[in-house]
Amino acid sequence: MKPRLAGWLVNGALAGCAALALLPLLWMLSVSFMAPGSASALPPPLLPAHPTLDNYRALFAYHGMGRYLLNSLLVSSAIALLALTCNLMAGYAFAKLRFAGRERLFQALIGALVIPAQVAMLPLFLLLKYLGLVNSYASVIVPGMATIFGIYLVRQYARSVPDELLEAARIDGAGEWHIFAKIVLPLLKPIMVTLTIFTFLAAWNDFMWPLIVLTGQEHYTLPLALASLAREHSGDNELMMAGSVVTVLPVLLLFLALQRHYLQGLLMGSVKG
Amino acid sequence: MNPARTAWLFLTPALLVLGVFFVLPVIAALGLSLTDYDLYALANIHNLRFIGLHNYWDLLQRPLFWSALGHTFYFVIVGVPLSIGASLGTALLLNSPLTRMKAFFRTALFAPVVTTVVAVAVIWRYLFNTKYGLVNYALAEVGVHSIDWLGDPHWAMPTIIAFAVWKNFGYNMIIFMAGLQAIPPELYEAARIDGAAAPRQFWHITLPMLKPTMVMVMILTVAGYFQLFAEPYVMTEGGPLQSTVSVLYLMYEEGFKWWNLGTASAVAFMLFFIIFVVTMLLLRLSRNGDAA
Repeated sequence: MKPRLAGWLVNGALAGCAALALLPLLWMLSVSFMAPGSASALPPPLLPAHPTLDNYRALFAYHGMGRYLLNSLLVSSAIALLALTCNLMAGYAFAKLRFAGRERLFQALIGALVIPAQVAMLPLFLLLKYLGLVNSYASVIVPGMATIFGIYLVRQYARSVPDELLEAARIDGAGEWHIFAKIVLPLLKPIMVTLTIFTFLAAWNDFMWPLIVLTGQEHYTLPLALASLAREHSGDNELMMAGSVVTVLPVLLLFLALQRHYLQGLLMGSVKG
Repeated sequence: MNPARTAWLFLTPALLVLGVFFVLPVIAALGLSLTDYDLYALANIHNLRFIGLHNYWDLLQRPLFWSALGHTFYFVIVGVPLSIGASLGTALLLNSPLTRMKAFFRTALFAPVVTTVVAVAVIWRYLFNTKYGLVNYALAEVGVHSIDWLGDPHWAMPTIIAFAVWKNFGYNMIIFMAGLQAIPPELYEAARIDGAAAPRQFWHITLPMLKPTMVMVMILTVAGYFQLFAEPYVMTEGGPLQSTVSVLYLMYEEGFKWWNLGTASAVAFMLFFIIFVVTMLLLRLSRNGDAA
């Protein structure tokens, strides 16, 4: 095959795939600006005839979207921050601190990854119910405060911290907390960014667990609000698309801004030793 | 401070969280699956009875459990190869030296992965709308009669599979790209000198070299696809005619709609068992392949 033709084929195929990947998202954006009811026409309009923000106004004024947006931000930020703290400390301990049974404990954690999270959900619900925490922000946040995946990521990364650096600090009489905060953390900055965006996105997009523990609308996160809206207003396509934009746009922008860090985490997490 | 004590102090927060909110519940789930925990027990714990393997036995006799299992296997058996095929195909394209604007294409193809399942499921529901959806409109242009994608028991699951492939292929694509870049270029160089054409290079160099990546991707994807839930919840509510009820959907309905937490726990453990067995089978198969 002539290289010129091959080049056209490869790039053409990629353009086709990219179009398939992006088309639903672009259509969502376009329909969200259409006047209520105008998307239900034949042929289906591709662009709004008279672009309007009415759907967004309706979402925030009548459907409490502002509240859900804040709920999502609050819950996802809390999970990202708390999980970052727990995972950093544990990952560092597994990588750099010596204690009996270290490897075995770590292997046990990795082994536990085969257990689907849903197995724990039923008793977890009961536990939170007896603690009086069902239908609160805490019920969504608490189980996500540490993740095996996060611990694994930090451990892999922290292994590159030179032991001599830590030993030198210990000889100088620095305490362990001081070493962690002043020497180790600055070196772990890249993995901190990766882990934060990873956890934040996962928490933002999570559906099943919040659906189980959030029984009242006042604590709904965006995916829950959207799912319940979709069941009640299934005919209002323009409104639903605007709701999807509000839900998807924040994470999409976050990903675009920190793409390199996100993909690095994805690769580190998938190359299992 | 002695070093071991320091280590345990650093580990405590994470281990406490994982212990209380993951390990304990998993053990409790096993216990729960051996009881008749239901609405009455929820109201008063004294109504709780130990019933041994009764829940499991009951499930095995319920047609709905078998059909949920069937739908889930359908989703996995058709969805995983399609998903991995799309990932590998796009990774090969992106990795080609002929590709321009690589960064743009990579981002565009990966974008669906970071989106929220519920939100994009809502979009797909609309795309596949019988009357006003773009898909039926495009099909009508080429003379195909409109299909009731999500309302026809034969089409609902294929539509959900198409959605899952679209949503997920970018993830494995990134992993395959890394795997492809790790293949030493000298191998291709040698093959070219020997006169091997592109398809033969793919079969005899690319695929064998990608095998460890492939096995890992396969295992992770299979485990993920077995956990089908949000897609049918939003797109079809398990219908039409319960044709998209997955195992997890059944667990959710049993547990949190009918409050049969004992039965629901048994469902969860059956799913865990199945995922475990399938994972082991895949591992064994890949090792046998090595020996041959």
